[in-house]
Amino acid sequence: MFNSLSDRLTATFKNLRGKGRLSEADIDGTAREIRRALLDADVAVPVVREFIAKIKARAMGAEVSEALNPGQQVVKIVNEELKGILGGETRELQLAKNPPTVIMLAGLQGAGKTTLAGKLAAHLKGKGHTPMLAACDLQRPNAVNQLQVGGERAGVPVYAPHPGISSEAETPTGDPVRVARDAVAEAQSKLHDIVIVDTAGRLGVDQELMQQAADIKAAVGAHETLFVIDSMIGQDAVNTAQAFNEGVDFTGVVLTKLDGDARGGAALSVAQVTGKPVMYASTGEGLKDFEVFHPDRMAKRILDMGDVLSLIEQA
Amino acid sequence: VKSNNVFGKSLLALLSQDKIDDDVWDEIEETLLMADLGTEPTLELVDRLKERVTVEGTQDTAKVKDMLHEELTALIDPSLDRRLSVTAEGRPAVMLVVGVNGVGKTTTVGKLARVLVAEDKSVTLGAADTFRAAAAEQLTTWGSRVGVPTVKSDTEGADPASVAFEAVSEGIENESDVVMIDTAGRLQNKANLMDELGKVKRVVEKKSEVDEVLLVLDATTGQNGLNQAKVFSEVVDVSGIVLTKLDGTARGGIVVAIQRQLGVPVKLIGLGEGADDLAPFETEKFVDALLEG
Ligand SMILES: Nc1nc2c(ncn2[C@@H]2O[C@H](COP(=O)(O)OP(=O)(O)OP(=O)(O)O)[C@@H](O)[C@H]2O)c(=O)[nH]1
Ligand SMILES: Nc1nc2c(ncn2[C@@H]2O[C@H](COP(=O)(O)OP(=O)(O)OP(=O)(O)O)[C@@H](O)[C@H]2O)c(=O)[nH]1
Ligand SMILES: [Mg+2]
Ligand SMILES: [Mg+2]
Repeated sequence: MFNSLSDRLTATFKNLRGKGRLSEADIDGTAREIRRALLDADVAVPVVREFIAKIKARAMGAEVSEALNPGQQVVKIVNEELKGILGGETRELQLAKNPPTVIMLAGLQGAGKTTLAGKLAAHLKGKGHTPMLAACDLQRPNAVNQLQVGGERAGVPVYAPHPGISSEAETPTGDPVRVARDAVAEAQSKLHDIVIVDTAGRLGVDQELMQQAADIKAAVGAHETLFVIDSMIGQDAVNTAQAFNEGVDFTGVVLTKLDGDARGGAALSVAQVTGKPVMYASTGEGLKDFEVFHPDRMAKRILDMGDVLSLIEQA
Repeated sequence: VKSNNVFGKSLLALLSQDKIDDDVWDEIEETLLMADLGTEPTLELVDRLKERVTVEGTQDTAKVKDMLHEELTALIDPSLDRRLSVTAEGRPAVMLVVGVNGVGKTTTVGKLARVLVAEDKSVTLGAADTFRAAAAEQLTTWGSRVGVPTVKSDTEGADPASVAFEAVSEGIENESDVVMIDTAGRLQNKANLMDELGKVKRVVEKKSEVDEVLLVLDATTGQNGLNQAKVFSEVVDVSGIVLTKLDGTARGGIVVAIQRQLGVPVKLIGLGEGADDLAPFETEKFVDALLEG
C-alpha cells in the first residue's frame, strides 16, 4: 500500500546532508512529496499550487541549519507556512456592545449546523451567558424538533414559533427571515444576551436560498456569521467557501467531524481562499465535543507526519 | 514525447505541430484532481494517456480529451449491473442504508420509498437511528410524505438492532414488498459504532436475508470517501453506493477510486432535497460532468 508521507520524505531526505544554502534540487524532491501529501489531504488544487510556489520561493537560498538536513529544512518551512495560514488572527467571539449578540450559522446540508448550535449554546452558557436558540430551518423535515432536543440537552430555551416540516405540518409554515427577526426581539424582552440562529442547509449554487441566508443575516444584524464545514469535504471546499463568503460574508469558520480520520485539508483551503479564521472544531455528536481550533495540530494532521515534525521542532 | 534534444524537438514540432505540451497534461491532471479523483488514479490515468498518445501518435488535443473520456468510462464500467435488489421470493426484500453522519441516508430512504411506491410496491420503513435527535421523527415524516408506515421505538436510545428486527418482522407480517432500514450516521473510525452496525445486520439476518446494503456517500466528500467505503464494506458488505448532493458543484470523483479498489458500483444519485430528486447512475453523464470542470 501507500507509504506515509513521513516514509516517502525520509527516503527523499536520505543522502542529503545540510551544508550552506538550500539548492533547487534539495527543494524540488521534497516539494513534490509535499504537493502529493496536500492533495491526498484534500487541500484544493489552486491552493496547493499557490502554496507550493510560496514554499519554493521561501526555501530557495534559505540558510541550512546545523541540525536539519535540507529536506527537513523544507518541511520546517512548510509547517510554519501552514500554521501561518491556519492560525491567521485567531480570536474570540465578538460580543455586541448592546446585547443580544447574534450568531448565525450557515453551511451546506448536513455539515453539522444544528448540532453545533446546541454545543455553542452549552459552551456559552458555561461561560455565564444566557443564550437562546432560534429555529430558522423550516425546510428540512424535523429540523425544528432536532434543535429543540439540542436546546433541551444544553438547558437553553429554543425560540420556535413554527414547527417547520414534520408529519403534522407537511407544508412549510412561517418565514425563516421573520422567525430570525422575531427571535432577536424575544431575546431582548427575555434578557438573553446571545441568540444563536440555526439555518437550513443550502448549496453554494442555490441563488435563491443564498439570498434567503443573506436576508436572515441582514434582518438580525448578525454580529458573527459562522460558516460550518465538514472536514471530510474535498475539492469543492473552495467553491463552497467562496459562495458562502460572497453570499453571507461570514466572519469565522467551524470545522466539523474532526473526530473522524479525514485529514481535513479543507481547513487550509477555506482559510487561504477567504482569509477568514477557523475558530472552532466540532469533534463528535455529544454536547461537549467542541473545542477552540488549534492551528498547530491541524498542520500536523494535514501533513500526516507528526513524528517528523516533532523531530524538527526539537532541533 | 518530450525531448531535451533541441534538434529533435524542433524536428518533431515541424513534423507534427506538437500541440500536446505540458500545459495540456497539467490541465488534464488538474481537472481530474479537482473532481476528487485522487492522486493515484489521476497519475495512473495521465500515464496511460501519455502512453496511448505515444503509441497512437496522436497530436491533437481534442483527441486526447476523447481518449480521456474513453479511459474514464472504461474505468467506471458502464456494463456493471447497477440494479437494486428489491424483490425476494415469499418475503420482503430487506435493504439496509448506512454511511457517515449527515450524508443523506434518511432523505435517500424517503426518496427511494417514493420510487418503490410509484412502482406499486408496498414498503415498510425501520427507524434504526435511535441516537440522533429527532432522527426517527424525520424518517416518520418522510414515511407519511410518501404514504408508508415507519416502525420506530418510543424510547430514546433504544437498541437499534431490535428496532431493525421489529421493522423486518412487521414487514413480514404486513406482507410488504420491501423493508428499508435507516441507520444512524457513524464515522468509520469509531470501532464501537461500527460493531453496533454489524450487530444490526446480524440481528436482522436472524429474521431474513439482507438483499441490499446501500452506502450513502456525499458527493462533496474528498479522499476520506475511500476509507468510508472500505470500512463499511468490511463491516456490512456494501452492495451499492448512493452518491448524494450531486446538485451542487461537487463532482464525486472519489467513487472512481472506490469502484476501482472495491468493485462496489454507484447505483443511485441524489440531486436535491425533494422526494423526486433521486435518479439512477449513468456512467456517460457522470463522466461528462466530471470532465466539465
Ligand atoms: N461524528 C461527528 N458527527 C457530527 C459532528 N457534528 C455533527 N455531526 C453529525 O452530523 C449529522 C448532521 O448534523 P446536523 O447538525 O444535523 O447538520 P446540519 O448542518 O444542521 O444539517 P442540515 O440542517 O440538514 O443542513 C448528524 O448525524 C450529527 O450528529 C461532529 O463533529 N462529529
Ligand atoms: N442538495 C442536496 N441535499 C441533500 C441531498 N440528500 C440529502 N440532502 C440534505 O442533506 C441533509 C442531511 O440529510 P439526511 O438525510 O438527514 O442525512 P443522514 O445521512 O440521514 O444524516 P444523519 O442521520 O444525521 O447521519 C439534509 O438537509 C437533506 O435535506 C441531495 O441529494 N442534495
Ligand atoms: Mg440543521
Ligand atoms: Mg439520518
